[in-house]
Amino acid sequence: METSAHDILIIGGGGAGLRAAIEIAELNPTLSVAMVSKVYPMRSHTVSAEGGAAGVAGKDDSIDEHCYDTISGSDWLGDQDAIEFFCNEIPKELLRLEHWGCPWSREPDGRIAVRPFGGMKKMRTWFASDKTGFHMLHTLFQTSLKYGSITRYDECFATRLLVEDGAVRGLVAIELRTGKIRAIQAKAVIICTGGAGRVFPFTTNANICTGDGMALAYRAGAPLKDMEMTQYHPTGLPFTGILITEAARAEGGWLLNKDGYRFLQDYDLGKPTPTPVFRSMELGPRDRVSQAIIGEFEKGRAFHGPYGDYVHLDLRHLGEHKIESRLPMVRELCLKYENLDPVREPIRIRPVLHYMMGGVHTDINAATTLPGLYAAGEAACVSINGANRLGSNSLGEILVYGARSGRTAMQYIEGANGGAKQSAILAQAADEERRLEQQFLRKTGGTERISKLRDEMSHTMETGCGIYRERNSLVESANKLSELHERYRNVAMDDHTRTFNTQLTSALELGFMLDVAETIVHSALNREESRGAHQRRDFPKRDDNKFLAHSMASRSAEGPPRIDYLPVVITRWPPGERVYGR
Amino acid sequence: MADTIILEVERFEPERDTEPSYQSFEVPLRADWMVLDALTHIKDHLDGSLTFRWSCRMGICGSCGMMINGVPKLTCETLLMNFAPGPVRVGPLVHFPVVKDLVIEMDDFMAKVQKVRPWIVRKDDFKPAREFIQTPAQLEAFHQFSLCINCTLCYAACPVSGLDSNFIGPAAIALAHRYNLDSRDQGLEDRLDIVSQHEGIWDCTVVGECSVVCPKGVDPSLAIQQYKLTATKEWFKSFLLPRGKN
Amino acid sequence: MPQYTTFQPKPYRPRMSAYWYLDQWNYLRYALRESSSFFVAYFAVITLIQIAALKAGPTHYAHFQALMRCPVVIVLNAVALAFILLHAVTWFMLVPRVALRQVLNKPTPDIIASAPNFMVWFGATLIIALFILGVF
Repeated sequence: METSAHDILIIGGGGAGLRAAIEIAELNPTLSVAMVSKVYPMRSHTVSAEGGAAGVAGKDDSIDEHCYDTISGSDWLGDQDAIEFFCNEIPKELLRLEHWGCPWSREPDGRIAVRPFGGMKKMRTWFASDKTGFHMLHTLFQTSLKYGSITRYDECFATRLLVEDGAVRGLVAIELRTGKIRAIQAKAVIICTGGAGRVFPFTTNANICTGDGMALAYRAGAPLKDMEMTQYHPTGLPFTGILITEAARAEGGWLLNKDGYRFLQDYDLGKPTPTPVFRSMELGPRDRVSQAIIGEFEKGRAFHGPYGDYVHLDLRHLGEHKIESRLPMVRELCLKYENLDPVREPIRIRPVLHYMMGGVHTDINAATTLPGLYAAGEAACVSINGANRLGSNSLGEILVYGARSGRTAMQYIEGANGGAKQSAILAQAADEERRLEQQFLRKTGGTERISKLRDEMSHTMETGCGIYRERNSLVESANKLSELHERYRNVAMDDHTRTFNTQLTSALELGFMLDVAETIVHSALNREESRGAHQRRDFPKRDDNKFLAHSMASRSAEGPPRIDYLPVVITRWPPGERVYGR
Repeated sequence: MADTIILEVERFEPERDTEPSYQSFEVPLRADWMVLDALTHIKDHLDGSLTFRWSCRMGICGSCGMMINGVPKLTCETLLMNFAPGPVRVGPLVHFPVVKDLVIEMDDFMAKVQKVRPWIVRKDDFKPAREFIQTPAQLEAFHQFSLCINCTLCYAACPVSGLDSNFIGPAAIALAHRYNLDSRDQGLEDRLDIVSQHEGIWDCTVVGECSVVCPKGVDPSLAIQQYKLTATKEWFKSFLLPRGKN
Repeated sequence: MPQYTTFQPKPYRPRMSAYWYLDQWNYLRYALRESSSFFVAYFAVITLIQIAALKAGPTHYAHFQALMRCPVVIVLNAVALAFILLHAVTWFMLVPRVALRQVLNKPTPDIIASAPNFMVWFGATLIIALFILGVF
């Protein structure tokens, strides 16, 4: 057992994790910051984000308007104090990133360019061609290399948080290269591990998005908030699930059913116009657009393909020049993965799981309920995004809350009293090492294949807990997940070696995903209303009397998670009707 | 078209082997499968110990670089059917130490990236009121070189990297060049001493394979040759028009 | 069995073959291109010998011409010509686009950089040929 100690430990090397590390390193270079990531930082899923990051830029725009768009976009489940803080901070963060070298796209006069985006009343989305996440991540990673106080533990897979006396004191991780189990201690831990899209079968998410940090926090006793709010992005490619950015619609793309009809007008999203209108039709919020597409599937007005139904995203009328200059990656992806040129043919798309609005519950300062534990980014739920996230708000969130969590953690450790009891910590770490060996490494005779359990899990999530849910389907999914939890104990391992054992990490990721899936299903079961991305056929209306509150899923000793409710913070925007296209 | 295709995958288990060997797997031959899909099929259904890196499966994270029939490629963007009837040889990227199966050691590469100071360097105290003004033309000057996803296919393609592991390499030099050309950066001199040493740009003999295999069109070979011109110019300036170091 | 100690795996370090340039057509092309410089030097030497023979007088120059008519020398010169053409073509395709990019600071199609060089080369060759053939 190898041990090391740092002041602050960050799990996850994506946008939020890197931003937190840089913030701490800049404000106090004497603090030792550790960044533990199961992949090299430039592989983090932030890299796949395409569209942009919203931040009020123009004179005709205002922070309040960005707040309102975000609040109404969240179907009033977002905490308004946090949203106000976020909208105020984000332009400063985006500018800071520009000073660090991020190649934002520009207007002819050299100023930052902005583009329209779904659900936003004004143009305020900053973008770096259509690879915004890639450029942001590489800028953050390369900037982070300046600071000697940041120690990276690359390709170290966190398996458990170390908790002593109710406070989080570090974690246990497998060093993939050697198989060594490491106990890394710290006075504060920040979870920046991203989302859990791989719980679903069709997803834009990378292989690594398995909800590790959410499960780690959950198992340590921190509640997960609003887990039932799972966002489907309307335009994903049918087989691979690869994302076709919302920017394609912002630049003027149309959604057509099999009759070539712009069907969104039938779903209270406005009237079709030749060029995009803010908050209308194709620039509506993601949850409503995805639901409209499912509506077309159910009405039989969609195309049928080998991987299910799909509709068309038509970019042909934009012309080759516009597509090449504003949406080059969209063209590249379609040519490579669908053998289709969007300049000449409409793109086949269907809604795919994209983002988790829910995550580890934090307050406005990124603190969880456990002392010493913080969370930021998609892994956290503050909540900025409520029941539905607007496109281009998440890249902003990782910056604002990455920085904020760093500052909050720094304040905490200033006041922290003494170190943890070494014996207690090391005993926990030794316990974890034993568990990994007994349950996986030395295990023989298991009968369940990891991929089979994973497929059954994702299948039940899609059928029982997809875009439209109802009591029966959710109960069935809940039962199925219980069964899978049981069968997981009997998982079969082919790889019993220590060195770079990715079957072991797959097995551990499956365990994390089963926990996360359970919180999603039970939160969905208990929320008996429809709001944003959570749509119940048996409770089709929004119910502000009972459910203007966040679901909090906490681990219970046996069986399913306990679901409590935490009221939403309302400041200046009382709940209203969510109106688009009118 | 046949239903299946054979993949000959290079295996190396350091706890058991002293050197790699090939193992054959028969996988379904589906029209829209990439080579990566074949590898995940093997891991899921045939042999769970097969070890390889992958993540985004859309050619942007840079994890899945491997040798496919002797050519470095991203397996997530390489159509399996292009190799029908097969067999297809899949191996770890060459010119790197092999950790296990298709996983290579990246430490050296990460150190080289850090060495070239890939961040905005400012020599003055100027802080713009908002953003640095940067016209689309100024952005275009370096944009191509900023597209590198760190997949290291270029290191596998470069014979100099294979013969001399100290060579800083195409991606690192292209990254340094990206910052040099960025109108907001003032770090050209800082990077010169690192990049213009023997294991820097001058080790490059313009084979050009790095640019051929680059999946993102970065054209690192162009960056290196441009850097040679820049370095030479700076060298002349340093003794024709010397400036005191501050 | 390798000397494996728990938690200390030894990576495999492949050795590059001394004949690496035979592995792939692109590598072989590179090796040929680099070898062409030998033939450029050879041609420079031949030219120096020719000039010396000119200076020394008609008998010496006649010896030089007889040497040039030897079958072995003809074959050698033919091979040298092929390599020198390879040298010139690859040079004009590589170098001008670097220089142009350095000056223009933005991506331009390679043909714009290389074409003028080829045109000047063909033009100069044509003029010299016309001189040698006695047209001028």
